[in-house]
Amino acid sequence: MALLELYHYWVFAALLMIGFYAVIAKLNLIKKLIGLSLFQAAVFLLYISMGKVEGGTAPIFTDSATEPLYSNPLPQVLILTAIVVGISTLALGLGIVVRIKEEYGTIEENEIQEIDRQ
Amino acid sequence: MTLIFSFFLLTMLVITAIAIVRIRDLFAAVMLSGIFSLLLAANFFLLDAADVALTEAAVGAGISTVLFLSALAMTTDKEKAPSSNRFIALIVVTTTMLAIIYATFDKPAFGDPDAPIHQHIAPWYLETTRDAIDIPNVVTAVLGSFRGYDTLGEVFVVFTAGIGVLFLLSAPSGKPRQKTDIHSEGLRHYLVPRVVGRLLAPFIILFALYVQFHGDYGPGGGFQAGAIFAAAIILYALLEGEKRALEAIPQSWLIGMIAGGALLYSAVGLAGILLGGNFLDYSVLSDNPVAGQHIGILLIEAGVGITVTGVLLSIFHAFAARDKF
Repeated sequence: MALLELYHYWVFAALLMIGFYAVIAKLNLIKKLIGLSLFQAAVFLLYISMGKVEGGTAPIFTDSATEPLYSNPLPQVLILTAIVVGISTLALGLGIVVRIKEEYGTIEENEIQEIDRQ
Repeated sequence: MTLIFSFFLLTMLVITAIAIVRIRDLFAAVMLSGIFSLLLAANFFLLDAADVALTEAAVGAGISTVLFLSALAMTTDKEKAPSSNRFIALIVVTTTMLAIIYATFDKPAFGDPDAPIHQHIAPWYLETTRDAIDIPNVVTAVLGSFRGYDTLGEVFVVFTAGIGVLFLLSAPSGKPRQKTDIHSEGLRHYLVPRVVGRLLAPFIILFALYVQFHGDYGPGGGFQAGAIFAAAIILYALLEGEKRALEAIPQSWLIGMIAGGALLYSAVGLAGILLGGNFLDYSVLSDNPVAGQHIGILLIEAGVGITVTGVLLSIFHAFAARDKF
């Protein structure tokens, strides 16, 4: 059971590296961006997992007589804004990819390098 | 039961991620990443992060899918041959993953209330929110008031990214544009999506407004509301065509919204200085410090919502307008 307590972190490690693999091994620029957003999602998962308290509830006060245990609000705040910033930077990346396609006629990294060498 | 469910969801996340990376058809990869975001949102919900789950569902499964699809429409939806050095990459990635997993053995157990992260500043936020700000949603309190500087920075990052996309995609493409195009007509010829979409759009906007203004009391706030509001207009644009959506909210308004939201946020900060407090100190906005906090959070959340809506819609329109050649 002790090993299962770290399962969230292992999933984080797996997702992080799956995303990183797409960034370094794939040649297609859109695939790289998808990989980058997987990488990002892994970091989100790490933060939110660390904020969880066993038996806790969402950090929103209720009127109940017994004070419940709340999970940590701080990682949630950080990730909440990070998600929206992530989509904005993703859009910027996609904008650059679209411009590259228009200039080079391809979005495969090796073909772009081939054209650049000429 | 929750434990089994969360293991199931986490395993599904890894399987989906592997499928996304392996599949050559980019269209399928984008659809799978929508599923990935939805699974991630479910995970966040199980981890007590209702606000984050709401944002991830709206942004990840909704808007990023639309953006990827419009980028695919302008580029290609087939990935070519994989790179030759992928075995080296695989070795690097596996080694790093094993190193990270080895490092996790030193981490406190998942959900441990005695973990260092729960000792430092989090209890202070939970206690002080009750006395100084007096709104039920601690996430909104920390986001809007305690860490208002951070959020202002994030709003300007979103602002900058929006301006960047407009600069990149509004440059002439060098190819002649077709005057008549089928894209601007949307899905008008498909009866069922059109009728259902038309029924849904006003309720999505209503829900966005609820999320915006109820953010103090429940999960919600400017970031989520902005994403949901933009999703409603994007749905309308997809169904009725680009042009009708631009008639509803013209481009000039969108530019105004991008700048206006960020300016509103900064103006609230400056108002704090003028009234004798610090930058982004809302306590001085009213005679009663707690009421001042309420006013401040309401205003800056409105600023965030306006900027996020403006940026996301401008980005969508920039991609959609580029699609016409």
